[in-house]
Amino acid sequence: MAGGNSTRMMELSNKRAIAAMPVAGSYRAIDFALSNMSNSHVQKVAVLTQFNARSLNEHLSSSKWWDFGRKQGGLFVFNPTITPDNGFWYRGTADAIAQNLNFLKSSHEPYVVIASGDGVYKMDYGKALEYHINKHADITVVTKVMPEGTDVTRFGIVKVDENNRITEMEEKPLVKKSNRVSIGVYIIRRRQLIELLEKASSENRDDLVRDIIIRYKDVKNIYAYDIDSYWNNISTVRSYYDTNMDFLKKDVHDYFFKEYPDVYSKIDDNPPAKFNPGAKVSNSLISSGCILNGVVENSVLFKKIYVGNNVTIKNSVILNDVRIGDNTYIENCIVESRDTIKPNSTYIGENGNIKVVVVKEDRYKIG
Amino acid sequence: MIKKEMIAMLLAGGQGSRLGVLTANMAKPAVTFGGKYRIIDFALSNCINSGVDTVGVLTQYQPLKLNTHIGIGIPWDLDRNVGGVSILPPYEKSTNTEWYTGTANAIYQNLKYMEYYNPDYVLILGGDHIYKMDYEMVLDFHKAHNADITLATIPVPMEEASRFGIVITNEEGRITEFEEKPKQPRSNLASMGIYIFTWKVLKEALIELSEQPGCDFGKHIIPYCHKNGKRIFAYEFNGYWKDVGTLTSYWESNMELIDLVPVFNLYEEFWKIYTKSEIIPPQYIAPGAYIEKAIIGEGAEIYGQVFNSVIGPGVIIEEGAIVRDSIVMTGSVVGKNSELYKCIIAENCTVGSNVKLGVGEESPNVWKPNIYCDGLVTVGEGSTIPDHVSAGKNTAICGTTTPEDFPNNWLPSGENIIKAGELN
Repeated sequence: MAGGNSTRMMELSNKRAIAAMPVAGSYRAIDFALSNMSNSHVQKVAVLTQFNARSLNEHLSSSKWWDFGRKQGGLFVFNPTITPDNGFWYRGTADAIAQNLNFLKSSHEPYVVIASGDGVYKMDYGKALEYHINKHADITVVTKVMPEGTDVTRFGIVKVDENNRITEMEEKPLVKKSNRVSIGVYIIRRRQLIELLEKASSENRDDLVRDIIIRYKDVKNIYAYDIDSYWNNISTVRSYYDTNMDFLKKDVHDYFFKEYPDVYSKIDDNPPAKFNPGAKVSNSLISSGCILNGVVENSVLFKKIYVGNNVTIKNSVILNDVRIGDNTYIENCIVESRDTIKPNSTYIGENGNIKVVVVKEDRYKIG
Repeated sequence: MIKKEMIAMLLAGGQGSRLGVLTANMAKPAVTFGGKYRIIDFALSNCINSGVDTVGVLTQYQPLKLNTHIGIGIPWDLDRNVGGVSILPPYEKSTNTEWYTGTANAIYQNLKYMEYYNPDYVLILGGDHIYKMDYEMVLDFHKAHNADITLATIPVPMEEASRFGIVITNEEGRITEFEEKPKQPRSNLASMGIYIFTWKVLKEALIELSEQPGCDFGKHIIPYCHKNGKRIFAYEFNGYWKDVGTLTSYWESNMELIDLVPVFNLYEEFWKIYTKSEIIPPQYIAPGAYIEKAIIGEGAEIYGQVFNSVIGPGVIIEEGAIVRDSIVMTGSVVGKNSELYKCIIAENCTVGSNVKLGVGEESPNVWKPNIYCDGLVTVGEGSTIPDHVSAGKNTAICGTTTPEDFPNNWLPSGENIIKAGELN
């Protein structure tokens, strides 16, 4: 599921769907779900896109990066289309799949994994499937028990009985009833899914969580499968910033970057990063194609960033292909991709807030 | 019928013995370069950027690294329905089975490959130079002069001309004489080992000289064509071109990439250099790390200090380590508090902690003074160096070494420890 937008991402989502948000220097959010699919030997993957899909479609222009260029299966991208029976956009998560029901019907694989494109995690879906089969579940919802004290009210909260069967589920509750959150990954038998979607569709019900999982929780066996590894989603500016900053921690970057299996992404053919005199970098991630002449501290620099002389960047996330002019000071910011920042600029996120910087200057005026 | 106007034949079978232990386990074109690339990437990228989409790569010496690197050519967009990249090793025949005995002999043994594509022109390349060149411009020159053979040449300083194969041309650019490493050069146009042949001329010459032992382009094919009055022209190339055939020139050209504005610029959008990227995460620069003038590859982790160096993908420089004027290739680890001065550390090496390499007095190498020189320490692929040892200048280390290999924890300048690899 990669069609969603989030107004809580503010200006950052003007340009792209959440699933296409750059993450951790070299990736986009959807790479994590796609790599998990590939590493779990799920060979046939459909990506449903709708909102602002250009960046995403560009990223998915070839299936080879995730090893989906196969005779069996492959990578399918489904944008909403107008057909004789339907003239609507995707009205919800269930509707998005229902509009592509023929794809499900003509497939032969017995099970379907539904995953959202905005989660940052590594997971073997095969293990969840095994659990699903052993539990004789109709639907399995992958969940994570968040540490005490986390604000979980932006997630789907799940309550389970002693067998891990889901007894209650509530989206974005006002008051949390548990710390177990749905990570937006579901496992379901293909025929079961088709049946449920056809029913929902005939009743004009469009939402996967509300109209299928919550609605059927008492008549179907819906189980929670807990993961205890790293998971975060990036649906708000704060969570996006924090997720990127998490990659500065050794355990997180070792887990994603060094432990098998790898996370794959589109290859950009950038040269290695270059450190010129004046560059002073500390506790930061630097991606390929960067040229550094200034100070970078506690920051994540994405690909192809030019940092001018006497520049200071602190506690910030700088997205792809940004040019930062001389004598600029940036602190507590997220700088939008392809920005060109004039020399002598100052951008500071005050009072612990993260400032989203979007500037459009003529690229060739930089001195 | 399949038709390609020009196909390329890339000679990648040589050992490149002057790169010492770097080519113990791989052919020279497979040696990594510039913190990310392998030397062959430059020729392959030039091909695709010039619109040459059919490339035969001739391999012979230690081809494993090359084979896995090239694969089906995806990084260079050379995975094609018709054409693309093909690896061409020597093969067994019903009679006269032989290795590739010379550059032209290797091409001769692959006549059928070339015939399959029905080319008008064949581009002959080496896989061991660093340059960006538009072969299509050479082809235009070739056609405009109605040439049978065009040699790419580069002007070199007159005082260095005696190290090269020099051509002497008339006013229209036609070559009148060849001189191989002349004592008294009469021209400064050096052959770059890049040729465009009109296919018929090449085929005729290869068949005619097929019995020639060790048949070589420079020694046999070109002189044969010249003798027979073929039109041989010199195309003058004026860009950056570097032969990385010796450890010193290899080290120098890596170091040139670090300059503020390098002569050879990898950061231009135009004419990108492609390579197979196995490591894609960003690099991590830890608190307390210090980096001054360097290029550093993807996925590297720097905890120590790096000065004036080229650091490959996935390299780890641990706390307190100092790397100066060095090249550390893909996947190698430099242990805590170790110091590296003017070292070339090949891929996947482990340098222990408190190691000092490249210290002490200058002393010529006792084994191969012409290869291990200029104060360089060269460590071969996959080597291990134990903790608390030191090595002097002009040294070579290859294989898994133990403290016993270092009497008094010390390898004097000019000495070697060779415990692995096919060396001769």
